[in-house]
Amino acid sequence: MKTDELITLLANGGAAAEDDAVARRYAMALGWGAFGAMLLMALLFGVRADIAAAARLPMFWVKLAVPAIIAIASVYAACRLSRPGGRLHREPWFMAVPVVAVWLVAAYVLLAAPPADRMALVMGSTWQYCLLAIPLLSLPILLAVLWAMKGLAPTRLAIAGGIGGLLAGSIGGFVYALHCPEMDAPFLGVWYVAGMLIPALVGMLAGPRLLRW
Amino acid sequence: MPQMVKNDMMLEGAEHLRAQFATSGYFRRDGAVSANGATKRMDTEVRAAANEQRLRELLLDGVGGDAAAYHAFLKDLSGYLRAFLRRRLARLPDDVEDLVQECLLAVHNQRHTYDSSQPLTAWVHAIAKYKLVDRLRQRSSRELRNDPLDDDLDVFARSDDDAASARMDIAKLLARLPDRQRLPIVHMKLEGLSVVETARVTGMSEAAVKVAVHRGLKALAALVRVQR
Repeated sequence: MKTDELITLLANGGAAAEDDAVARRYAMALGWGAFGAMLLMALLFGVRADIAAAARLPMFWVKLAVPAIIAIASVYAACRLSRPGGRLHREPWFMAVPVVAVWLVAAYVLLAAPPADRMALVMGSTWQYCLLAIPLLSLPILLAVLWAMKGLAPTRLAIAGGIGGLLAGSIGGFVYALHCPEMDAPFLGVWYVAGMLIPALVGMLAGPRLLRW
Repeated sequence: MPQMVKNDMMLEGAEHLRAQFATSGYFRRDGAVSANGATKRMDTEVRAAANEQRLRELLLDGVGGDAAAYHAFLKDLSGYLRAFLRRRLARLPDDVEDLVQECLLAVHNQRHTYDSSQPLTAWVHAIAKYKLVDRLRQRSSRELRNDPLDDDLDVFARSDDDAASARMDIAKLLARLPDRQRLPIVHMKLEGLSVVETARVTGMSEAAVKVAVHRGLKALAALVRVQR
């Protein structure tokens, strides 16, 4: 087929397209992904038994706010990277701010604590669960986000996949925070951050293979 | 007021070109090298900005439903793509037209990812570059496997005269699509029937026809990628 024939083929019948396709696709992916994460959470863990009491403590809300801020910044970043030639703007800063803030609080907590207690503040009593549960809960979101990206047109596949993974990880962290009983900033600063970075790494490695178009 | 907006867009387009494609000659009709220095370069930039502006309006009219504007957009775009790719594929002239067609298909299939607040130049450039790199990468890995030595004697094996026809034949690839995607494309895109008529001929609903055409063209783009 000659190029002119292809052009006629493509233009025949018009080319009407909706212009909010990127947002709609992500809304759909995040809706289903978050639903999957909630379902997994309900089946495997359940919310913490003392959630009503915990909700009166500021740390409970900090644990939700940190992944939430990262997730919001990641949505913007993922939308940008899903368009050809899309570049990040200020999103990395918004992702870094909550993490740095938690690290500062964690450093203060650790310095104020007696040296013998410091290790326990970092390790908590459930760090293995945290490291396992966050990537597990983020899996349905990761699949949904990669589906959304694949149907759009990312041109830098590794970083797009990585941001998609971070988006999944941060929502996974948010959901897990409803179950997790740990209430110390050092634990949050180490294990939540690590748990959210695992899906990001997976996305970064999978991106160049899965996102091609 | 609309005039002001337009001028802003134009300036933004020119600014962008200066930043990113000062050396690429993208969207230039003449492909001029700046032999006469600044004046000529300014000329080319102004022309590139005007082309950006014109193509952008054609595309926006096109996705707004104006088929003639969309046809003109693709036709103009193919010329720029050909010049852009020919410069970068000097050693693989046979691949140029294949890649022009692949890029046109990609531009069409991904047209919903164009953000109209951004310069069109950057969007098209990113697509063309992505497809170019993708193809070079595939080619080099295939050559490493099958054809490590370049045969220098086949100088006369290829000629550039027939640049407008591609080696791959999209019509043949189209035949490999399943009927439920192929028939709506054939009726609507090749025979020029409307959505309503295509729906009647195929017995599908109008919504299903639109979806089938959309998915079919995406499947076609995937076939183009795999078979090359």
